[in-house]
Amino acid sequence: MDMLDAGGTEETVLEVNNIEVIYNHVILVLKGVSLSVPKGGITALLGGNGAGKTTTLKAISNLLHSERGEVTKGSITYRGKSTQGRDPADMVKAGVIQVMEGRHCFEHLTVEENLLTGAYTRGSSTADINRDLEMVYTYFPRLKERRRSQAGYTSGGEQQMVAIGRALMSRPETILLDEPSMGLAPQLVEQIFGIVKSLNENEGYTFLLAEQNTNVALRFAHYGYILESGRVVMDGPAAELRENPDVKEFYLGMSDEGRKSFRDVRSYRRRKRWLS
Amino acid sequence: MPEQLVFAMEVFLNGLMAGVLYALVALGFVLIYKASGIFNFAQGVMALFAAMTLVGIQNGQIPFAPLINATLGTNAHFFGWNLPSAISLPLTVGVMILLAWAVQRFVFRHLVGQEPIILFMATIGLAYFLEGVADLMWGSEIKKLDFCLTAETCLPQGINLAIDEATYNWFGYGFFIDNLDITAAIVAVLLVGALVAFSQYTKHGRAMRAVADDHQAALSVGISLDFIWVLVWSVAGFVALVAGIMWGAKSGVQFSLSLIALKALPVLMLGGFTSIPGAIVGGLIIGVGEKLFEFAIGPMVGGATENWFAYVLALLFLVFRPQGLFGEKIIERV
Repeated sequence: MDMLDAGGTEETVLEVNNIEVIYNHVILVLKGVSLSVPKGGITALLGGNGAGKTTTLKAISNLLHSERGEVTKGSITYRGKSTQGRDPADMVKAGVIQVMEGRHCFEHLTVEENLLTGAYTRGSSTADINRDLEMVYTYFPRLKERRRSQAGYTSGGEQQMVAIGRALMSRPETILLDEPSMGLAPQLVEQIFGIVKSLNENEGYTFLLAEQNTNVALRFAHYGYILESGRVVMDGPAAELRENPDVKEFYLGMSDEGRKSFRDVRSYRRRKRWLS
Repeated sequence: MPEQLVFAMEVFLNGLMAGVLYALVALGFVLIYKASGIFNFAQGVMALFAAMTLVGIQNGQIPFAPLINATLGTNAHFFGWNLPSAISLPLTVGVMILLAWAVQRFVFRHLVGQEPIILFMATIGLAYFLEGVADLMWGSEIKKLDFCLTAETCLPQGINLAIDEATYNWFGYGFFIDNLDITAAIVAVLLVGALVAFSQYTKHGRAMRAVADDHQAALSVGISLDFIWVLVWSVAGFVALVAGIMWGAKSGVQFSLSLIALKALPVLMLGGFTSIPGAIVGGLIIGVGEKLFEFAIGPMVGGATENWFAYVLALLFLVFRPQGLFGEKIIERV
């Protein structure tokens, strides 16, 4: 499989280089994560609970700082410029916005007001913003119906749409999407991922997607990284990862040989490719 | 119409006017609490500080005069000019914005993500600090607040006479309502209107409400918490200034002014800590309630019920409706 299939152009917009993240000065969460995100692609960041997916995204968007986290080693560059020491607002202006895990809508604001907060950093005219609002409504027609309801009273799926739509309102280039499938019915997950896919194809947004749902993520993404305890243990084009026997067994829950013993798990751990 | 009833109506109206003043103080609390989750114990002192600053600037007082004189061995207290409101008001607003910035920069920026009780303690510290600064800056004597230097041109003199006359013609009994109370009511209505318009229809107002809902999410869309909090403290400082002017004009600018914060507490319990309309309605209910209670029940129990009525009412609310009349129900979804 060649790189062309792995997300349009080969231009890399986001480069994470061997970063280490420490929370509260003591808790080491990322132990050297490297990845690169090509422009116009959907890159998936996979792994279980506590693998470091969210931390990686927050390190990129610089939301880490407000949680007393710190990048202590390595570097992150967006379009060749270091992201170190820039605040989240700066990153949003540069075109990188994070959609946080668990939606995080502004509960007491209406759906439309939620979307409008996304345009906070923009100095655009009202007409411009209204045009983008219409764009969001074409991708999420459900939000248009519910535009006047308080976001806190909408369903989980609608809140996820609000969160993504809000990010779109900042006119981003790259969207860091954290666990969009969390707590949603399978049908809704498909729908959300379908919209992400069409946003990627029609509008050219670049996605870096953190997901526990490996199955869905690998079907929609172009390229994938698998994280385990703060390290990248495997990466490759999504189609290849889907066929990889270890991924199949440990992440997709498919096995040809029935039950396995713990010894085989250990051999899997030895086989993993350690990047750091 | 029976005399008693008409008199009760007058008491009711006076209560409404007093309630407006309570509401003004409560409003400052609500603004900060909503946006940052901080219960600002210093709100009353901010009103005092604002009023003292306004009077000080108007009278051409030299700030920190005792301190300067002690170090330089001089004996100067006044610049020797009187500034009109048109200059002294904007200057005072400027001072309050500076104060908001300093509070955020030197206190609350370092306490981001701390427990609410720690933030609350910080505001207590701030209250005493600010009281000391106010003392040092402007001195501790009671000052008269001439809102416009020539009060006759500024306060709508004659409105109370007009009301007196009109009601005398209707009921055969003239109502007496203080000019200052009428002014306060008008100012309060304008202020609330402006606040609501700001928070509902402007970009920064929306951002303010967004921050109140979810700090992390606000950060993620590029809203600067630092900026919003300075904004909120500035707005609260402005509201404190308005409250300080009204109370100061009523009872003189003195240190007991900071105690009006205590009167705002029952208002908040009634109206709910998170609701701007709640602060208004709560203030009005307390104002009317304590006046009517004093009028109807007071004589039976020997009077002076105004001192405790509001607190007893607040206690009842705490027992039966802890979120207050307009407090936000907590939206919880899984």
